[in-house]
Amino acid sequence: MTERIVIVGAGEAGARAALALRENGFAGAIALVGEEAHLPYERPPLSKAALIDGDAPRPATILTEERLAEHGIDHVAGASALAIDRAAHRLTLQDRDPLPYDRLLIATGARARRLAVPGAGPDNVHYLRSFGEAEALRRRLSPGSRLVVIGGGFIGLELAAAARARGAEATVIEMAPRLLGRAVPADLAAVIAARHAAEGVAIIIGAAIERIETLPDGRHRVVLAGRDPVDGDTIVAGIGAVPEAALAAEAGLALDNGIAVDTHLATSDPDIFAAGDCCSFPHALYGGRRLRLEAWRNAQDHGNAAAKSMLGLGEPYAAVPWFWSDHYDLTLQIAGLPDEGAVTVSRPLAGDARLDFHLAGDGRLVGASAVGPNGAIAREVRLAEMLIGRRASPDPASLADPAVKLKSLMV
Amino acid sequence: MPTAIAASWVEACAADAIDEEDVIRFDHAGRTFAIYRSPDDDYFATDGLCTHEKVHLADGLVMDTIIECPKHNGRFDYTTGKAKGAPVCVDLKTYPVRVEGGKVLIGLD
Ligand SMILES: Cc1cc2nc3c(=O)[nH]c(=O)nc-3n(C[C@H](O)[C@H](O)[C@H](O)COP(=O)(O)OP(=O)(O)OC[C@H]3O[C@@H](n4cnc5c(N)ncnc54)[C@H](O)[C@@H]3O)c2cc1C
Ligand code: FES
Repeated sequence: MTERIVIVGAGEAGARAALALRENGFAGAIALVGEEAHLPYERPPLSKAALIDGDAPRPATILTEERLAEHGIDHVAGASALAIDRAAHRLTLQDRDPLPYDRLLIATGARARRLAVPGAGPDNVHYLRSFGEAEALRRRLSPGSRLVVIGGGFIGLELAAAARARGAEATVIEMAPRLLGRAVPADLAAVIAARHAAEGVAIIIGAAIERIETLPDGRHRVVLAGRDPVDGDTIVAGIGAVPEAALAAEAGLALDNGIAVDTHLATSDPDIFAAGDCCSFPHALYGGRRLRLEAWRNAQDHGNAAAKSMLGLGEPYAAVPWFWSDHYDLTLQIAGLPDEGAVTVSRPLAGDARLDFHLAGDGRLVGASAVGPNGAIAREVRLAEMLIGRRASPDPASLADPAVKLKSLMV
Repeated sequence: MPTAIAASWVEACAADAIDEEDVIRFDHAGRTFAIYRSPDDDYFATDGLCTHEKVHLADGLVMDTIIECPKHNGRFDYTTGKAKGAPVCVDLKTYPVRVEGGKVLIGLD
C-alpha cells in the first residue's frame, strides 16, 4: 500500500503533484522537499514582472502556508536531497533525518547551463533561474546601466525587454544565425527580433565568444571573434538549461536527456516517478517521440499526471505541449510541435498578429504558433491546441480563412 | 444565479451582441466586467480581470459554463465565479444579471 509519498523538488511540478495527490483522494503522508527557502513559486515572472513591476517584488507563490496546511502537505524547505537509497526506500537529506517513502517523485527541474569560455566565472556572469537571482538582477538594471545578454532564447530576450522597461541599455549576443532556436518557426522569430530592435535592443547574431574580461573600472567585456567587443555593467548568460538529474544518475536510474520515464512518468524503478523539466518522456500524440520540455504548463500537467500514476490511476501522457513568452506587449504562444509539420498555413489576424498552423504530411494538425497582443491570438491558439489534441486533420483552406470560426472545425 | 441585492442596474449591451457560449467585455465607471451567454442561453457577469495576473477574461474561450483565461488558461465557472484549475486559486466576483427588452442589465453594488 502507498502510505508515504515523498516529492523531491518543490517547484511547479512538485507543488502541483502534491495538490493533485489530495485531489485524487490520497490520504497518506506527503512530504514536499525543496532546497529553496521560499514557498513553492512560479518561475515565469522572474524574467517578466519580477524584474519590472512594483518596488519590492515577491515570489508568485503556488502554495501558501494555509493551502499547505489545509491539504496536509509537509513542506520541507531549505532541504537538499543528497541521495536515493532505493533498497531501503529512503531519501537522504543534508543535515536532516532521511525520509522513508513508498513512492518517490523526482521533480528537481533544470539548472541554467554555465557559460564555458575563458574568464567566465561567478563574479562576472549572472544567470536567471531562481527568485534570488531575479532580485539580484533587478537591482543591477538601473536606468542608464548596460546589460549584455549572452543567448538569444526566451529568457535572454525577456530579460532584454525588462532592461529596456527599466531604462537600461541591452545587447543580445546569439551564437546561432537567428534568435530563438529551432523550436520557434523562423517567421515568428523574425517578428520578435524586429520588435526588440525597434525597442532599442542591439542584437548580434552568429557571434563566437572568445572570452570574458573584467575591465579596470569594474565593468565587463565580452570578446567576440572577428568583431568589436561588447562592454556592459552586467552580463547574463541565458544559454539553455540542463536537467537536474544527479539524484537519479547516482541511484542508477535510466537516463536519456534527463531522467528517462515511460508514458506513465515512471522511471526504471517502478516506485520512483519523475515530472517536469528534469525528465524526458515518450509523447503519445507524436508517435512516442521522446521529448524533454522546459515549459510551465508541461510541469503542471506532468505534476497532475505523475500524482495519478503514483496512485495507480494514471493514463498515458498525451497533453498537447503549450508554451508562451512575453516581449513588451507581444505574446508568443506555441501549441503542439511546429517542427513535426511539413506544411505551414497562415491565417490573417487583425493588426500585426500572426497565426500559423503546422500540418504533417498526412494532413494532421501537429502544431500552431502565433505572435501578437495576447488578446488577439490566445483563443485561436487554444482552439488549435484542442484540434491538435484530437488529432484532427482540418481543411487547410478553412484554417487559412479568417471568416471560418475555428470553433466550427471542432466537431 | 447569485442573489445579491444590487444597488443599481446598468445596461451593458444588447442581448444578441453576445453569441451563444461566448463572452464580451463591458467597461463601466472605471471598472471592467465580463458578460457571458451560456449554451443554454442564460446570461452571467463577473469581474473582467483574471485573479491570477489581471488579464481581460473576455479574450478567453468559453466552453460550456467555463471561462478559460487567455493568458495561462486558468479556469473559472462563470456561473458561480469559482476558480476551477491551476494556476488560478482565487474566485472571481459575480454580479446579478437581468435581460429586459432585448438588453442585458447587470446589478452593481
Ligand atoms: C526565468 C524563467 C522564465 C520562464 N518563463 C516561462 C514562460 O514564459 N513560459 C513557460 O511556459 N515556461 C517558462 N519557464 C519555464 C518554467 O518555469 C519551467 O518549465 C518550470 O518551472 C519547470 O518546473 P519544474 O517543477 O520541473 O522545475 P522547477 O520549477 O525548476 O523546480 C525544481 C525545484 O527543485 C529544487 N531542487 C533541485 N534539486 C534538488 C535537490 N537535490 N533537493 C531539493 N530540491 C531540489 C530546485 O531548487 C527547484 O526549486 C521559465 C523559466 C524560467 C527560469
Ligand atoms: S492571468 Fe489568468 S491564468 Fe494567468
